[in-house]
Amino acid sequence: VGWFVSATTYAWLVLAFPLAGCLVNAFGWRVLPGRAAGWIGTAAIGLAFLNAIGALLMLLDKPVESRELTSSLWTYASAGGLDVKLGILVDPLSVFMILVVSGISTLIHLYSVAYLDSDRGYARYFAYLNFFVFSMLLLVLAGNFVLLIVGWAFVGFASYALISFWYRRNTATRAGMKAFVINVIGDVGLVLAAFFIFRELGSFDYLAVFDAAPEQFSTNQGVVIAICLLLCVGAFAKSAQLPLHTWLPDAMEGPTPVSALIHAATMVTAGVYLIARAHPLFELAPTAADISAFIGLATLIFAATVALAVTDLKRIIAYSTISQIGYMVVGASIGAYAAGLFHLMTHAFFKALLFMAAGSVISAMAGTQDIDRMGGLRRALPFTSTMMIIGALALAAFPGTSGFFSKDEILVFAAERGGFYWIFTVGGYLAALLTAVYAFRIVFRVFWGEPVEEARELEHGHLAHAEPENPMSGEPEDTDVGFPGPEHHIAERDWPMQWAMAVLGFGALFAGALQIPGLDDVVHSFLHGSFLDSPLYEQVPSVTADWEGLGIGGILAVLGIAVAYLVWVARPGTSTALAARLRGVHAFLVHKWYFDELYDALVYRPVIAVGRFASTVVERVVVQGIVTGAVEAVRSVGVVVRGAQSGFVRAYALLLVGGFAALGLYFLIVSG
Amino acid sequence: VDVSWYLILSALLFAIGAGGVLIRRSPLVILLCLELMLNAGNLALVAFARDHGDQDGQVFALIVMVVAACEVVVGLGLIVAMFRRRLPLNVDEMRNLRG
Repeated sequence: VGWFVSATTYAWLVLAFPLAGCLVNAFGWRVLPGRAAGWIGTAAIGLAFLNAIGALLMLLDKPVESRELTSSLWTYASAGGLDVKLGILVDPLSVFMILVVSGISTLIHLYSVAYLDSDRGYARYFAYLNFFVFSMLLLVLAGNFVLLIVGWAFVGFASYALISFWYRRNTATRAGMKAFVINVIGDVGLVLAAFFIFRELGSFDYLAVFDAAPEQFSTNQGVVIAICLLLCVGAFAKSAQLPLHTWLPDAMEGPTPVSALIHAATMVTAGVYLIARAHPLFELAPTAADISAFIGLATLIFAATVALAVTDLKRIIAYSTISQIGYMVVGASIGAYAAGLFHLMTHAFFKALLFMAAGSVISAMAGTQDIDRMGGLRRALPFTSTMMIIGALALAAFPGTSGFFSKDEILVFAAERGGFYWIFTVGGYLAALLTAVYAFRIVFRVFWGEPVEEARELEHGHLAHAEPENPMSGEPEDTDVGFPGPEHHIAERDWPMQWAMAVLGFGALFAGALQIPGLDDVVHSFLHGSFLDSPLYEQVPSVTADWEGLGIGGILAVLGIAVAYLVWVARPGTSTALAARLRGVHAFLVHKWYFDELYDALVYRPVIAVGRFASTVVERVVVQGIVTGAVEAVRSVGVVVRGAQSGFVRAYALLLVGGFAALGLYFLIVSG
Repeated sequence: VDVSWYLILSALLFAIGAGGVLIRRSPLVILLCLELMLNAGNLALVAFARDHGDQDGQVFALIVMVVAACEVVVGLGLIVAMFRRRLPLNVDEMRNLRG
């Protein structure tokens, strides 16, 4: 049984393959022909996924109580009580995450093989993408806070590199910087939290920290609340929660598969993972957990309203992502860990699917992303529209789909927990209605209605081509780097895209079957091994309550879809009339609640003003004054001293001899 | 003979050499006077070595000779270079390093 290696060995291999793929693509870009870089990248992530399954099987062989395995390659630093290892923690939670991350990543790599086919930066793209997957896997497998921060910063960089992938696009590079800066705010929070943890508990190691925390801290002690809130800052920046969400819609400047992978399915869920991972701390600081849950609630309602109004196809889905992550944050914060993580998984399926379908639509429209200019693409894009509808059904939590089971589980848990937690249930269901409306707003506006010119042409087999222009600013684009290359790719014509979407579509429809109340309990019972110490984990709602919640959710989903049908299909023009009637509200939503404008006024302008003051007053007057003053002082001393430098060698020699003679005399007198 | 005679001779030689370095303007003569000073030092070293009855001073004298040889090579090289460029062989006229 030699090839039955241990779970930790599988986990190391999970890390090794994406790194190898990244290096091969990064150094071999010159010699890799055609689509080779894409296939290498896909194969690397596929192998990582197979090894993740290996780790899963090895873990399932063990009893539930002993499913936390650690392994370390070497010691980073060991001094003064500090002991940091390059170590991983393989437990149900991390294995769950690596399965989701590597599985979804494989499909998105497969999709990208075709989608970015004619882009000049093909190998660079796959090198970045593999690096991202490596970093994300490192983040979730890390066995201590230091390695977590390393992975955290790596995914931040990968996200930056991929948002700015088309680096000739000004809007893209600016969006990349914005994402990076906001993520650094989160990194600072995370690092400070790690410092506090080390100061209080003397270790960075997860298991040691979580073992020591209950003895060290009393419930709601100030320092543990501070730690949890700082962790939340990190989590919210990465997961685009209020008020650090503004980077995610702008991140849509990146290639569409990147939006699907990083800014929908995997990286942005890192915050949810962090809260779930640090649950022993959050359970010691219920106040912090409640604050986190309320922010999640505010975010999910806010983002759902904005998604109703914006017209950029990718940005609608981006706001939907923010909203759905809000659900996960609520779940992980109120103690519905399994439900939150289950929603993370199902969301990864349907959100990646929605982005892939959107990528296909955008290609069919020759780069246009504005849904106002789309319509009637149903017959031109039969496969894409089917997949988009599946994704939208799962997003809207239509009965039977995966989103149906996962979302309601969070809300029912909140209702059952008692106290004021009913607020989350009410708010969650309210936003669920909005979710169904905006999900089918996309579907009806893109695929129903009068076919636009591109759609009619495509029905006759002609794929639209347009002079590439920036969808945000309308500037002409540099086809060297920018745009997914001069050729367009739609799922109907490229089998890698089609297969990737089909698998995700299957998952979006049927992944809910893993966790049907009263029938099976796969996710919850598997994750149990990571939450043995949590009393909240045992509090599962009764099957009756679950089905009541599912009933409400199902009714709301159908209602929302019906409203969307009424507004955008049965009586087209209703939405325009409504927007004209409620002009103030509409403007408020279209401007995304004026968050960008607020930050512009609160942060950007003051910083610029300070910078201008520093450059005109501090720099020109103070700094320049000190520098010129110092120069003048040295020069005036020099004028006096230079008289000694006569240039006569003999004068120097005389000084030398005279000096030594004087010294000799002095010592003679002193000793005498 | 008492060691002090050697030392007096050495001091005398050193003073002559130092005086030459300070007074004369020809680089060649300055170089000769430098040699005189170095050898005055050598004489003192050897005298002390003999007086103390060990060889350390002798070894130092040998090293000083090596240094002196090197110094002469550099100095004469400079003088030859000056001569070739038809520069005045007068140290007082070479004062470009004046402050």
